[in-house]
Amino acid sequence: MKLTLHIWRQKNPNHVGRMVLYEHNKVNRHMSFLEMLDVLNEELIAKGEDPIAFDHDCREGICGSCGFMINGVAHGPQRGTTVCQLHMRHFKDGDVLYLEPWRARAFPVVKDLVVDRSAFDRIITSGGFISVPTGNAPDGNAIPVPKRNADLAMDAATCIGCGACVAACPNAAAALFTGAKITHLGLLPQGQPERYQRVLNLVVQVKQELFGSCTNIGECEAVCPKEIKLEVIARMNRDYLRASWVQRGDALRNEE
Amino acid sequence: MELKSRIPSGPIEQRWERHRFEMKLVNPANKRKYNIIVVGSGLAGASASASLAELGYNVKCFCFQDSPRRAHSIAAQGGINAAKNYQNDGDSIYRLFYDTVKGGDFRARESNVYRLAQISLNIIDQCVAQGVPFAREYGGTLTNRSFGGAQVSRTFYARGQTGQQLLLGAYQALLRQVGAGNVKMFSRTEMLDLIVIDGKARGIVTRNLITGKIDLHLADAVVLGTGGYGNVFYLSTNAKGSNCTAIWRAYKRGAAFGNPCFTQIHPTCIPVTGDYQSKLTLMSESLRNDGRIWVPKKRGDTRPPHQIPEKERDYYLERKYPSFGNLVPRDVASRNAKAVCDEGRGVGSELGVYLDFADAIRRWGKQSIRERYGNLFDMYERIAGENPYEVPMRIYPAIHYTMGGLWVDYNLMTTIPGLYAIGEANFSDHGANRLGASALMQGLADGYFILPYTIGDYLASTKLETVDASHSAVRDAETGVARQTNRLLEIRGKRTAASFHRELGRLLWDECGMSRNKPGLKKALQRIPELREEFWKNVNVLGSGEELNQALENAGRVADFLEFGGLMCLDALHRNESCGGHFREEHQTPDGEALRDDTHFSYVAAWEYAGPGKAPALNKEPLIFEYVHPAQRSYK
Repeated sequence: MKLTLHIWRQKNPNHVGRMVLYEHNKVNRHMSFLEMLDVLNEELIAKGEDPIAFDHDCREGICGSCGFMINGVAHGPQRGTTVCQLHMRHFKDGDVLYLEPWRARAFPVVKDLVVDRSAFDRIITSGGFISVPTGNAPDGNAIPVPKRNADLAMDAATCIGCGACVAACPNAAAALFTGAKITHLGLLPQGQPERYQRVLNLVVQVKQELFGSCTNIGECEAVCPKEIKLEVIARMNRDYLRASWVQRGDALRNEE
Repeated sequence: MELKSRIPSGPIEQRWERHRFEMKLVNPANKRKYNIIVVGSGLAGASASASLAELGYNVKCFCFQDSPRRAHSIAAQGGINAAKNYQNDGDSIYRLFYDTVKGGDFRARESNVYRLAQISLNIIDQCVAQGVPFAREYGGTLTNRSFGGAQVSRTFYARGQTGQQLLLGAYQALLRQVGAGNVKMFSRTEMLDLIVIDGKARGIVTRNLITGKIDLHLADAVVLGTGGYGNVFYLSTNAKGSNCTAIWRAYKRGAAFGNPCFTQIHPTCIPVTGDYQSKLTLMSESLRNDGRIWVPKKRGDTRPPHQIPEKERDYYLERKYPSFGNLVPRDVASRNAKAVCDEGRGVGSELGVYLDFADAIRRWGKQSIRERYGNLFDMYERIAGENPYEVPMRIYPAIHYTMGGLWVDYNLMTTIPGLYAIGEANFSDHGANRLGASALMQGLADGYFILPYTIGDYLASTKLETVDASHSAVRDAETGVARQTNRLLEIRGKRTAASFHRELGRLLWDECGMSRNKPGLKKALQRIPELREEFWKNVNVLGSGEELNQALENAGRVADFLEFGGLMCLDALHRNESCGGHFREEHQTPDGEALRDDTHFSYVAAWEYAGPGKAPALNKEPLIFEYVHPAQRSYK
């Protein structure tokens, strides 16, 4: 089948990017979306043109490397699917597709469809963990965890950190990503000692990274390839509110 | 080269404890004076970086991905073994040790495997404390499932995403140390050479993948946790970026390479559909619990599966192995799939067999099957575009894991003092075949609980001179890297690096894949140098070295695969026996099972680089079995 592709090309962060038109005639319906771009890149190289840069690694939908907008939708039209797992059989011959990188102030474009998501790492660095140095652990069964909590924590922990939630959000907020980590650790008994300090630290870091504010629109949930639920944001807000009162002194210190 | 394995003596259950006591310690106040480089941020690399930093060392951690959380450990599905005996089903450290040595077809070191089984207990505790959401029973305790090669339930899991959850635990521990200023993280940075001064590993040369800048990093010890080399086959279940460059460059600087021909093929992967295929996707081994594997009895039968009547189907595993049936180990299942396809009875694109759930659905109902395998069925449908509730799945074996790697002693140190290899990057504890749910265990054992002790012994007992960037060995390594980068960019030939990689992969899959023979290996050994020569004359890498250039990164990795592939075939040719994943057609029982030759091949083959164009030297580390006595594996 044939596709008309308009792809964002940008040499580096300092260059002005633009959409470039490509006619792709060698699309097979069994290809994944990234394989379709691999074939296009091989053709571009043969013609002496610079291939399109995009992030990818596992191609199984778990590493979170890949992701870009397809006709304005993060990871494209199939729900609960990363772009590496999206196959061309979901498109029709003659389709016109617009591919763009994630757009957010906190995710500067590196090249073409590649963006810098290191802000996510800095959010986790600010407190998205349980402080337990190696060797300090009690027996795994010493602290029972109610199955329901373990299951809900797992639902939140499946976040792959791809950034689709930020890209889809009109405010470019990182609330789903941050809320997922707050929820994962906050639901487990092991996460309780640092629960309130954690939420304060993460929320402050999110602000410093220049992500927008969440206004409960829900676009993030709609595009999340792991189908993480909006309730993680509500949980984060609840913990934040409580932490703000309980540990108001700490909160003020952190925001200075 | 002398291989000093440093295996402690005495009763096996006391060896590690005694060894820990005998090792020298670095005074806590002195630890911060030592700089350690860790390359790779998967389970082994991240856990090692975090643990070393917690002890007080200065750590620099490197990964080529944009975040350490994306290392390929994340893709592991099934679980992690530990001899906790929480199920009260008779499991023990000794049993896990026994199963692992036997599963590895008696080509692993007993002492290492025993230590691994002992440490497995601590790993689960550590991960639970970090907040890894393992599956639980209603009472709140941890739950287990069983896995291939074991008769007890000792596998801990977090749905089908155990690797992801364990890696996030290690990643979070790592970032905690980044926040504390004890680890400096270098993402999107690739190691391109090792710096060896006075015979000791003293640093690495890296390329910043965004700016192209070549940098030097000097240290007192270097740790490689850079994963396996499965991508030498081009198509594998590994992530696209997984490569052998770090361990290969270390080999060329003097680290011996252990058992490169030991590669594992996973029987249940989604088959190849066309030339554009970029990688293969694994479907969890657990599917074989309820699915029945078959092919048509007739050659070239192109009828759709539901039109083939029962009596014209060959359930070949059930026929040949009545007691284990569809649950034979990975290597046996894989070889049999290849055999029926070689007979011309493959389905789909001819390289595939059916994995059929029709009987299971009839017996237990669609809902029950959905509960057990729903996510896997969805994944299959997403990729193959067929509904496995209606049509049998098509599966085919694929390269999945590499047991071989850099040779290491009991302390995980390579033959270059100060250079360590951990996780899949070392030749490790799995012998000739790895059991399911053991890779995660080994990566974390190395990183959390072994390396942090053993590296201290080296630092405390070695006099390390101050080195600086002006040293000739440093300049040498740096200019070598720059020269290779420029050379790749100057060729401007006609073929892409990917096309060479595909050709190499196809050749290795045919001649050094699921089964191997002397003429085939000789043919590969003749063809690989030709391909390598053509690569250096005709590869086409556009752009420059001073920018994000993914084609350039890939070309460098393919160049190393083109060299490594030769060593793998050489090792496969020299190992004139069949064992585990290494199946030499010349050596099989009358029933077609692997036939070991313990008299001549009960050793680790450690290959030593001899210089460009020269044949590598073979060193042998004999394997001694004091506890588990070698026997022929049987699954009839």
